[in-house]
Formats: sequence, C-alpha cells, structure tokens
Amino acid sequence: MHELGIASGILSSAITAAENVGATTISSVDVSIGVLTEVMEDALQFAWDELRQGTMAENAALTVTMLGARSRCADCGHDYEHGRYDAARCPSCGSYVVMLLQGRELDINRIDAD
Amino acid sequence: MQIEIEQRILAANERLAAENRARFDEHGVFVVDLMASPGAGKTSTILATIEALRDRYAIAVIEGDIASKVDAEKVRAHGIPAVQINTGGACHLESAMIRRAVDTLDLAELDLIIIENVGNLVCPSDFDLGEHAKVMILSVPEGHDKPYKYPNIFQVSQAVILNKYDTMSVFDFDEAEFREVVRGLNGLAPIFPMSATKGEGVQAWAEWLAGRVEDAKTGRGA
Repeated sequence: MHELGIASGILSSAITAAENVGATTISSVDVSIGVLTEVMEDALQFAWDELRQGTMAENAALTVTMLGARSRCADCGHDYEHGRYDAARCPSCGSYVVMLLQGRELDINRIDAD
Repeated sequence: MQIEIEQRILAANERLAAENRARFDEHGVFVVDLMASPGAGKTSTILATIEALRDRYAIAVIEGDIASKVDAEKVRAHGIPAVQINTGGACHLESAMIRRAVDTLDLAELDLIIIENVGNLVCPSDFDLGEHAKVMILSVPEGHDKPYKYPNIFQVSQAVILNKYDTMSVFDFDEAEFREVVRGLNGLAPIFPMSATKGEGVQAWAEWLAGRVEDAKTGRGA
C-alpha cells in the first residue's frame, strides 16, 4: 500500500518540473522501478489514477519501466544478472561480497508537459 | 515538450533522511531501525536490548505505530526516553516523522536510538529514515518461508534476528532452509537466534549492536 506514497512522490516531482519551465499541463510521465523494490506496478497505476485527479497531470499517462537486477562481484569483478533470490552470491567465484548495480531504482526519468 | 528529470522518486524523503543521518553523526549517535511483522517481538527485543546495554550506553527509543502509545509506555516504564509516532494509517515510517521525533530528544546525551518501525514486512524496506542500519526480526511461528515472500526486507537488513527461537520444537520451521535462503539474499547479514522474553541469545545480538555503537562514537561510522 506504500505505492500511494510513491505515486505522490512522482506527482510532486512532475508538477515541480513542469512549473519550473512554465508548463500548465502534463501529458505523460516516465518512471523506472527496480524489480528488487516492493513496488507493484498495478498498485502504482491505481494510486496514480487517483492522485492525478484535479491536478495539471490529470490526463497524464504513467509509463513504468521495470529494471532487472544486476550485481558486480567485489572479489573477481564479474558482472551478473540475477533474480530476487540469488543476488548475494557471485555465480563465477562464489564470493558473497557483491555490490548491487541495478534493481532498487525508484526513479522519475522524464515528463511531457506544455 | 519533453523535460528530462532523472531523480529519485523519493528524493524528498531521502534528502531528509540524509539530514537526519548527518545530525546523528555529528553527535556520534548510532541509530538502528527494527522492522518486523506485527507480533514478531519488536518491543520485546527492544526491552531485552535495553536491559543488555543500558549500563554501557544512553539509549532512547522511537516507536512507530499506526495508532496507540502502548509501546512507548512499556519502554518508559523501564526508565528509557521513548517518543511515540502515530502514522495515522500509514504502513511505514518516513524520514520527516523521524526528524520531528528526534527534535524532542537530546542527541548530545545519547549513544543509541532504536527505532521500532510499523509492523509490516513490505513497505518499511523501501524508505530510508537516516538510520545507520536496518535490522529485521522474524519470529519462528511466522515460518521459514518468509524470505521467499518478502525478499526485499532481508536484502536491505544488516542483521537478522530469529526470535521466539524457543518455540522451534513446536513449529515446523526448517532452520537450515531459512539460513540458506537468507544467505542467498544477503550473504553478509549475521543471523541471531533469540528468545527475547526469556533473554536467550540476546547477548550475541547486543554485542553486535554494541560494536556498531562504538564505531559511531569514535566516528568510524556505519
């Protein structure tokens, strides 16, 4: 249910960016969400559809790009893609000292505004 | 027109979290955020931790709940300052709530602040509060399959407490499988078996935490 808070963050960032350039309506908003976060795309769209009512983003479509998970081994330098449950161990050398490169994003990328 | 923004959606929360962390660091206070399901034993773990460390460190507690002040009252009954945050329905704490709570504490007099997040295995894991470590508590009756269902909370935690360990014989909890799944999610987090209300296993957890408090006091940070 924290998708409501996420949607609220998207809306306020989008409106601020639009106002900064003197725009009055927002027609689309693009965001990227890492698969390792606890954000459900359906719930986010639902929250967005509610929150945008009565704002300059009232007719703005929310486009969500889900980003896969990737890590790099700190011991052998191997870069690898992984799912939710096999992140912590390097598939090449077996080390547990790994750094997450991608998968926990909650980013707003761009908006279309006039 | 297309406007490139490229910023974190929760930028406002994360900016306040960074400010909270800077305040804690300035005073050498270590802050830990405890996350768990309702009933897993967050408050019992806090009380046991207080008893283990109160002779060494000045401790305060920030209690997050949707409603009520029963947890803060339990902590205050042990003579420890406690601030209650009622989120009014929200499923997690945010950094602005922590800032308001911290404003009521005297950081110069403290070594350790324990935050009890709202009982929830999902939402708290995505929100930075300005803490130095998130720690999650799973209780044995909840079952060993929880890391499959709620992986993120295990991934963002720096330690995992396995509470109600004394009930292991009653529940069909596969500890070996639990440890293997947690290791796959988070290879570095230690797992502390504990029975908070009986005091068993508290010492190992308390010593881990004390090590972090010492690092914060000497400015080696988290």
